[in-house]
Amino acid sequence: MRTNAPKKIDSIQFGLLSPEKIRKMSATRIITPDTYDEDGFPIEMGLMDPRLGVIEPGLRCKTCGQRVGRDGCPGHFGHIELAMPVIHVGYVKTILGILRATCRSCGHLQVDEKQKRALRRRYKSLKDSGQGTSGFAKEVISLARKSKKCPYCGRVNKNIELDKPTTFREEGHKMTPAEVREWLEKVSATEEDDLYLFGINPDVARPEWMVLTVLPVSPVTTRPSITLQTGERSEDDLTHKLVDTIRINQRLQENRDAGAPQLIVEDLWELIQYHITTYFDNQTAGIPPARHRSGRALKTLAQRLKGKEGRFRSNLSGKRVNFSARTVISPDPNLSINEVGVPIEMARELTVKVRVTPYNMEEVKELVMRGPVPLPPKGKVYLPGVNYIIRPDGRRIKVTDENAETATERVEVGAVVEKQLDDGDIVLFNRQPSLHRMSMMAHKVRVLPYKTFRMNLAVCPPYNADFDGDEMNLHVLQSEEAKGEAEVLMKVQENILSPRFGGVVIGAIHDHITGCFLLTYHNRVFDRDDAIRMLSAAGYHHYEVKGDMTGKEIFSIILPEGLNLDYRAQSCVNCETCRKEECPYDNYVVISDGVLEKGVIDEKSIGAFKGVILEHIGRRYGMDAARAFIDKVTKLGIAAITTTGFSTGIDDEDMPDEANMQIEEQLAKARDKIDQLIKAYNEGELEEIPGRSLEETLEMEIMRVTGRARDQMGEIAGHHLGMGNSAVIMAKSGARGSMLNLSQMAGCVGQQAVRGERIHRGYKERTLPHFKKGDLGARAKGFVSSNYKKGLNPTEYFFHSMGGREGLVDTAVRTSRSGYMQRRLINALENLKLENDGTVRTTYGDIIQFQYGEDGIDPAKSVRGEAVNIDQIVKEVL
Amino acid sequence: MHFNILKHELVPYFKVLSREEVEKLLSVYGISKGDLPKMVVTDPVSRAIGTREGDVVKIVRRSRTAGESVAYRLIVGTGMGDIRTLESDEED
Ligand SMILES: [Mg+2]
Ligand SMILES: [Zn+2]
Ligand SMILES: [Zn+2]
Ligand SMILES: [Zn+2]
Repeated sequence: MRTNAPKKIDSIQFGLLSPEKIRKMSATRIITPDTYDEDGFPIEMGLMDPRLGVIEPGLRCKTCGQRVGRDGCPGHFGHIELAMPVIHVGYVKTILGILRATCRSCGHLQVDEKQKRALRRRYKSLKDSGQGTSGFAKEVISLARKSKKCPYCGRVNKNIELDKPTTFREEGHKMTPAEVREWLEKVSATEEDDLYLFGINPDVARPEWMVLTVLPVSPVTTRPSITLQTGERSEDDLTHKLVDTIRINQRLQENRDAGAPQLIVEDLWELIQYHITTYFDNQTAGIPPARHRSGRALKTLAQRLKGKEGRFRSNLSGKRVNFSARTVISPDPNLSINEVGVPIEMARELTVKVRVTPYNMEEVKELVMRGPVPLPPKGKVYLPGVNYIIRPDGRRIKVTDENAETATERVEVGAVVEKQLDDGDIVLFNRQPSLHRMSMMAHKVRVLPYKTFRMNLAVCPPYNADFDGDEMNLHVLQSEEAKGEAEVLMKVQENILSPRFGGVVIGAIHDHITGCFLLTYHNRVFDRDDAIRMLSAAGYHHYEVKGDMTGKEIFSIILPEGLNLDYRAQSCVNCETCRKEECPYDNYVVISDGVLEKGVIDEKSIGAFKGVILEHIGRRYGMDAARAFIDKVTKLGIAAITTTGFSTGIDDEDMPDEANMQIEEQLAKARDKIDQLIKAYNEGELEEIPGRSLEETLEMEIMRVTGRARDQMGEIAGHHLGMGNSAVIMAKSGARGSMLNLSQMAGCVGQQAVRGERIHRGYKERTLPHFKKGDLGARAKGFVSSNYKKGLNPTEYFFHSMGGREGLVDTAVRTSRSGYMQRRLINALENLKLENDGTVRTTYGDIIQFQYGEDGIDPAKSVRGEAVNIDQIVKEVL
Repeated sequence: MHFNILKHELVPYFKVLSREEVEKLLSVYGISKGDLPKMVVTDPVSRAIGTREGDVVKIVRRSRTAGESVAYRLIVGTGMGDIRTLESDEED
């Protein structure tokens, strides 16, 4: 009988099944390899015997008399009596160890009495001190193996080898499973009380049970046959394997009983060993996997459990869940970072459970009255309805437009109503790969028209999301407990500060940064209309603007009062001695009492991974303030960039003729320098760098020249493309792109490399047939002197592809390898818990750290890893 | 040549705790000996300071974040121990 009473598992005992146990738990012995007769009825004592359970609904099991289904028959084991014993593949390693450590004639462990006493005591002390005994058995065996002669009967020990997967050889002579079993029985008898030294608990397992004489047949419910549309039956892979086993078992029995030649019996014996081995694991090394007629390898017991698609990883550790949704994401700057836009169609399907109490009775009744597709009030696009009522007895009533009224009467205290998703409901939002905890954060729902999830752009960085077709998952929280926990721990605003480095991971990106930069750069003045429009966009609808305002004044309005900060901006040019407040480039930010006095706002101030202001507001004013600030600053940034206007195009890479001439000149110089180096090398005048060969020295020198050439191109490009250039503005403010990108587009692409060296591979003594043999010059070895805008010539293009291919391969290899590393790391750490006393312990209570991280500091609350920022505190106090 | 590893700058400070100190440590954390992190008797430091199985050592390390950090380890035998030490055990 099945009950719902909760049970606590005290312990789980693993052991081996004895032949008697297998027979005892068997509902029937299986003797015929056939499954169904001509009329489609299962054959008695066949693999589908109705005593093994039933798979068709409605039929009754012959063993327990129940039907399949929820409270019915779970299925029952059967058994096959094997004509000859067979080795169990899962235990070959253990068997091998025991054979090597014991005497074949008397079964004794090959250690003398004294050593044995020591081993017993050793085992006891390991057990008592709470240490694992898993490695112990291995060491016992390696100790016993060293014995040349049996200390008890004097038999000379022979070398035992395992011929993979299941054949044991004694000094090269093959042992049959029957002989192995006989040996193990002997061990079992003589060492009965000391079996634990081999890692075997004699209460639940015996060595000889690792050689099968009876094979359990799994219940039909674990290997149901499927009926195709044609009425043809298709059997499960396990059934196929069992059919083979029974067939060979029968032949083996007949041949043995008829006194057939030894050779034939042995062949059949090996064949049945093969079938049983593959029945357990069809990927056993050393034997070909058993195949279906179509050529597909059979999925047997081990394959059902193992690996990513196995039972553990795909059905137990993780499963498909209800109350979840997935669709494409798209941006919506009007949402707060805490919100997520959910399509109406999804909201109608996803529900939250509302329990009926005397206090919300009327509310719920009104809700149910609406039915499943209520008409939204004027001015709105959506109104949540109710899909189901779950009555106190557990019965579910589907609410339809027709029965809404009668269903309302069914609403009673204790019932639960499944209410459609509404604005403000809390959900989890997730993007794979979930590499850190910010990959799954709690958002508040906003039900919106159209078919995509909508999100604020500032949460793209932690999810690593963009909108080129990315999809995300959403999970609706059901219990009050879960909702509360998510609200406190997982809400986006609670994750602004990352535990990874104690800085922000949520913040302005791309145009937000460009916008704020343009707003504050050169302290530009905006007329009253522009100022009002920008402030209004940032949420200051009633702010009184008296006249023209500077960008810094506008930006100051969104800063909280009492904020004091000073730091170098992203665009800081790293002067030899920083003149701080007196920075001639206005790259030193000074904020005092919430007013931006000096400096320009860029990535360093508000960016997603650097944002000093965000970080400080989060720490000083709390997460609500930080959220509000991010919402405002992104909107202000967008308003600013819309006001000033901003665009970039291919002409941003146009350079004056003068610049192009300088570039040509520098390139020619670099080429000359390389030719000189080569000449010096050929004439033997090149001086070796200590520890390098002459060739290596030449390569290094040339790489240095090409590297410097590219840097010079960058300088020339940077010099001629000033802050009037959009691409430069983006690069300098940290919004997108770098000066390197720019100089590769406008100046020259530079040296291409494979494995960190100039390109050497290709034809004999040359990279391509375009060059002379032995040419060591810049062009022949992958230097690209063209730029992306001008375009590459064919050889350059080819070398560039070589370098590019290496990059692609590297990333592909890196992601798969780091993914596996991360999996192992997480498996090792997932059970650790920080206790209230500051210790880190495993679930068993073992101490891992006496003080979390040695200093007990929560990295999310640290200042970029440090417990406190003394400078900042001093500044604030003074 | 003999080299005192305890003097090496990378080796932290080790001290064997007295019975009373162990009692106190266990009661502070509410644990049994087996819950402590472990260190084998054959560890070079164990040998240098002369520990026995079942001892608890206190380790004071320099820490980049906390200045000093204190940890404790239970001294345990290796997997199955050196069979010779096992035999000599029997004699006393
Ligand atoms: Mg994408
Ligand atoms: Zn049954
Ligand atoms: Zn013997
Ligand atoms: Zn500066």
